[in-house]
This record gives sequence, C-alpha cells and structure tokens, in this order.
Amino acid sequence: MDYFLELFLGGLTRGSIYALIALGYTMVYGIIELINFAHGEIYMIGAFTALIAASVLNIMGFGPVTILILAMVLAIVYSCAYGVTMEKIAYKPLRHSTRLAPLISAIGMSIFFQNYVLLAQTSDFLPFPSLLPELEILEPYAYIIRSSEVFIILTTFGVMVLLTLLIKFTRIGKAMRATAQDRTMAMLVGVDVNRVISMTFIIGSSMAAIGGVLIASHIGQINFYIGFIAGIKAFTAAVLGGIGSIPGAVLGSLVLGWTESFATGYISSDYEDVFAFGFLVLILIFRPAGLLGKATTQKV
Amino acid sequence: MWKFFSLDEIKKSLLMALWFIFLTFPIMVIRVNPIYNVVEWRWQNMALVGAGAFFLSFLWRYFLEYKNPAPSKPADDAAVSRSGRFSELLRSSGTRRLAIGAAVILALAFPYLFSSYQVNIMTTALIYVVLGLGLNIVVGLAGLLDLGYVAFYAVGAYSYALLNLHFGLSFWICLPIGAALAALFGILLGFPVLRLRGDYLAIVTLGFGEIIRLVLENWNDFSKGPSGIAGIPRPGIPGIEMSLNASSVFLYFLMIALALFTIMVVSRLRNSRIGRAWIALREDEIACQAMGVDKTKTKLTAFALGATWAGMGGVMFAAKTTFINPASFTFLESAIILSIVVLGGMGSIIGVIASAFILILLPEYLRAFSEYRMLIFGAVLVIMMVFRPQGLISNVRQTYRFKGLQENKEGD
Repeated sequence: MDYFLELFLGGLTRGSIYALIALGYTMVYGIIELINFAHGEIYMIGAFTALIAASVLNIMGFGPVTILILAMVLAIVYSCAYGVTMEKIAYKPLRHSTRLAPLISAIGMSIFFQNYVLLAQTSDFLPFPSLLPELEILEPYAYIIRSSEVFIILTTFGVMVLLTLLIKFTRIGKAMRATAQDRTMAMLVGVDVNRVISMTFIIGSSMAAIGGVLIASHIGQINFYIGFIAGIKAFTAAVLGGIGSIPGAVLGSLVLGWTESFATGYISSDYEDVFAFGFLVLILIFRPAGLLGKATTQKV
Repeated sequence: MWKFFSLDEIKKSLLMALWFIFLTFPIMVIRVNPIYNVVEWRWQNMALVGAGAFFLSFLWRYFLEYKNPAPSKPADDAAVSRSGRFSELLRSSGTRRLAIGAAVILALAFPYLFSSYQVNIMTTALIYVVLGLGLNIVVGLAGLLDLGYVAFYAVGAYSYALLNLHFGLSFWICLPIGAALAALFGILLGFPVLRLRGDYLAIVTLGFGEIIRLVLENWNDFSKGPSGIAGIPRPGIPGIEMSLNASSVFLYFLMIALALFTIMVVSRLRNSRIGRAWIALREDEIACQAMGVDKTKTKLTAFALGATWAGMGGVMFAAKTTFINPASFTFLESAIILSIVVLGGMGSIIGVIASAFILILLPEYLRAFSEYRMLIFGAVLVIMMVFRPQGLISNVRQTYRFKGLQENKEGD
C-alpha cells in the first residue's frame, strides 16, 4: 500500500509539472491554433534564469527565502519576456500564412533556444540548489513523499485556481475566451486581439517558469535539453486531454503522470516514454478529440 | 529605403537593442559555476548583443516592409512580376533542359572532381532528397502532418543491419525488404490514426517515432540497444572487390540512381489518379469523399508509399555509415526532414530537392563554425518562414486554360 501511495503521489507530482507546461500549450493553441514547439524551451530558460539568479544572490549573501522568492520572480519575468519576444518575431508575421509555416518556425525557435543556452552557458548538467525548504511535519512520511513534492502539488493547485479565476472573471479572461471562440468576431466587437495573444504567451510562459523552477529544485540538476523532453510530454498531455481545453490539459497531465508513474513502478522503468505515448495512441483511438475535447462534426 | 534612417527609426532600433540587452542579460552575460560558487561576468557579450540587435532590427523592419508593403502604397507589382518571371523561367523547356543537363554532368563528374569527403556529404544530401520526397507525399500531397517520419527511416536501417547480422542477407536483397517493412509500418501507423485530424495526428506520429526509437534503445536482445550495430557491409557488385574509396563512389552513384528513381516515381504519382486523390483529400476531406474517393485507402497508401522511401533511405544510410544506433533517429531528424519539405514549398518536387541540398549542405559547410551551426540552422528556419512562408518554390496549382474561352472574352 505504501508503494502504491508513493507511486500515486509521484504521479501526481509529475502530472502537476506537466500541467503547468501543458496549460501554456493548450492556451496558445486555443487562441492561435499553433503548436508552440518552443514552449518547452521557455520552461528551460526559466529554470536557467532561476539557477543563475540563485547563485548570484547566494554569493551576495541573501537568505534562502529571499533567494527563493527573487529567483522565482526573475524566472517568471524572463520567461515572459522570452515568450512575448518569440511571439513577436517568429509567429506574429506568420499569422496569415499556411498552417505549417508557424510550426516550422516554432521548431526553428526551439532549436535556436537550445543552442543559444548551450553556447552561452554550458552543455553539462548544472546542479540546481534546492530552493524549497524542508518541512519537518513530513519527516515521518519521508519514504512516501518528499516535501518538495508537497510544494509542487500545492503550488500547482494554487496556480490552477488563480488561472480559473482569471479566465472566468476578469476582463482579459473574457477577451481570451472570446478570441478562442472566434478571432474575427472578437476583433469586430472591439477585443484587442494582439494584446490577448501577448497576454496568453505571458500567462503560459509564467506558468512554465514556475514549473521549471519547481521541478529543477526537486530533481536538483538542469541542462539545456530539459525543455525539449518536458515540452513533448506536456504536449502529449495537452492532446490527451483535448487540445484547446484548459480542464482537459490538467486532466490529461494527471492521467499521463499516473500512467508513467504506475507503469514504471509496476512494469518496467526502461519503457517509461513508450507507456506514455502508447497510452496516448490508445486513448485517441477511442476518443479522437482527447478526453475532454469536443468532437466537432463538420458541417458542409 | 532612406526613411529607415530617420530619427524615429533609430529610436526604434535603440529600444530594440535595449530590450535585447535586458533579455539576454542573465544567460549571455552571467555564467555561474555552482560547484565552486563563482560567477563570471562577460560584459563584452552585452555590447555585442546591443550592437547586433541595433543593426539587425533595421534589417528586420526593412525586409518586413519589403515583404508586406504598406496598404497605402500601390501593390508591389514589381515583386509579383519578378516571381512570375522566375517561375516562368523555370517552366520554359529550354532553360529547363539546360539546367537538367548541367546538373547531370555535374552529378556524374562530382566524384572525380572532389575528395571522397565531399562525395560522402553529397551521398548524405541525396539520402535526404529521397527522404524529403517521400515525406512530401505524406505532408505535401496528402496533407497529413507526420512528425515521426524518422521511424520508417529507422525501420529501413535496422532491417538491413539486423538481416545482415543474423542471416547474412546482402544489400541488394535488403533494399526491397527494408522498403517493404517500412511500408508495412506505415500501414500499421496509418490504421489507428485514420480518424485523427491535424494536430492530433501530429502528436501521435511523433509518439510513434519516439516509441520505435525507445524500443530500439531498450530492447537489447533484439537491437543491441544504445551501443548500436557496427560492421554493416557496404554494397558491392558480387565478384568485384572494391577499395573503400571506390565503394563510397559506388554508393554515391547508387544514391543518384535511387534519387532519380524517386523523382520519377513521385512526379508520376502526383499526376496519377491516386495523386489527385491525395491532393483532393488535403484540400477538403468531406468534398473528396463526396466525390467517391475512398478515404481509408487513400490515406493508407499515402502513409505506405511515403514510408517506402524512408525505408530505402534507411537501408542506404546503414550501408553508408556501416554503423547505426538509435541516436541517429531522434525527433530532430524528423524535424529536419519536415523542414526540407516545408522550406522547399509543399508539394513541389524541385523545391524539395533544392531545400534538401541547402539544409544538409549548409550545416556541413558551416563546420568551420561548428559550434554555431545548429544555432544558425534554427535561425534560418525562422527567417525563411517569416520572409518566405510558401517555401523556395511555391507549388503552382495545375490549371486548365481554355484558349477558346479567352478569345471569346476578348471578342466581347
């Protein structure tokens, strides 16, 4: 039972991180129908910024809590800056071109960012300081759950609640929903679509940055390539849940996290990714639009 | 042009430079060593980024303006007629014959003019021509976005390597077997994704590619795992001993033959019944079905025929490198092949050939800046898409011109 619980919580942690990244994918997709392949790189840049900030602040002699907060804030700021700049350079000029052009542009951006960090920093794995404090209450349960996992699950939950509130009740949230439904119509009723798109990238990037910092301090090391794998997984999760749907992305991420966790725990750890993708194919055979995606019937 | 040096434009560029200095500050300027807890400040990078962003932003705005002229100005007739003249030139049979003749002579003389290193690079580029043309069937013609094309390439390469290792089968037997196995895998992938559309298809094919790679990596008894298979023989003619140099030249000519064969088949396919069915399926699935095209059969043939070329390319690749391991079949390969198709102009055969040469030879000849070549590759993809999203040679839609009709109109 303990083993089951450990795997369950491990899967929940994994799923939470996937959810933080998958939301960025699904929101961007919902609004401009683009698979933003470089989204994983934004997460990687967030983690690197936090690492650099934490090291510099550590040498300057700040306390651990200050470091955590400042590193997190800087990671979010820089991830947003990169996300918005990327949108302006690589996607905005392509808004009216063929469907595949922005996808290639996104793949190009992803390769560019990976090599940019590789060249400007290093190709080695860098140890990431464990910024998250240890909780003493959890000491007796250490064999089941680590305190960083608790932080990840709680933070993700908090972010989800904030995001839901933002989308449901604020002006910009309403504008986002309108743009996702019908961009031309939203423009006609006076929604500033460019601003909505920038805002989507900002929200998506900041969640990716939070995910990046959390997972980096949980695992304890990063390199330039972490974004790619995480990005692919999160994308899988978003599709699993039904791309474009926000609750779908969260559900898909959790399902994917549990699938991986239980499959590696009970069957074999070598085939972790095979289980993830195999499960995706299986789900899509029976529900071609994902778990929560609406099956659209095309009218002629 | 000169208006780009007005005060306003300079201000814009300055702001851009400041923005990029801010953006690249933590990653370009600071380098930390977390083990020794030391920080290295590289201020010279900041100056470089600032200056670079300042000048590049002029160029960026200039070219963007050039591509999309402001609506107040009269439409850019010059640009239209220029591209029109260019494609006219491509289509005129005289220049075409001349160009093909020159290409043939160059291709035949190539191994005797350049070193064997160059010949090897050319062979690689030709493999990618075949791969690009194969994927062009799936993505360009049938409009099915396949991000896992490299899986079929891996199937081809491993079928040659394993059949040779276990049963000692020669290259000539393995080439058709590799192609057939790849086609089989194409159908295998095709079945579950028949109902999927667009981006769902993209992620499933991506997952399929990753599954094939991961199985090859982890199933040690079958594929020897990450250490790969070495000592794959190069192709030869039975009874003739060839030196290393001669066999790489032989492989080069073999590859030319395969590329020509591919070009012939693909261009015949495009104008065939099934080819037109693919294009119809790409344009509108429902209308296509209403016209009596069997969707299942059409999609599956697209997957199978596309995969066939990847299988052959894979066999050639294994024969060329004589060593394969799963690391050669990552998603990056799929992305590169897809980029070849899209950069070339979807559906255009000449475009795909040209972009395969550019995309494969560019990083090879950029080896002087070997560190920066993937960085440049990424940037080239983005820049190409921003400034020429339709690809190098945009595919001209086949149209029928009724001469009589036009004359009638003029008569009116």
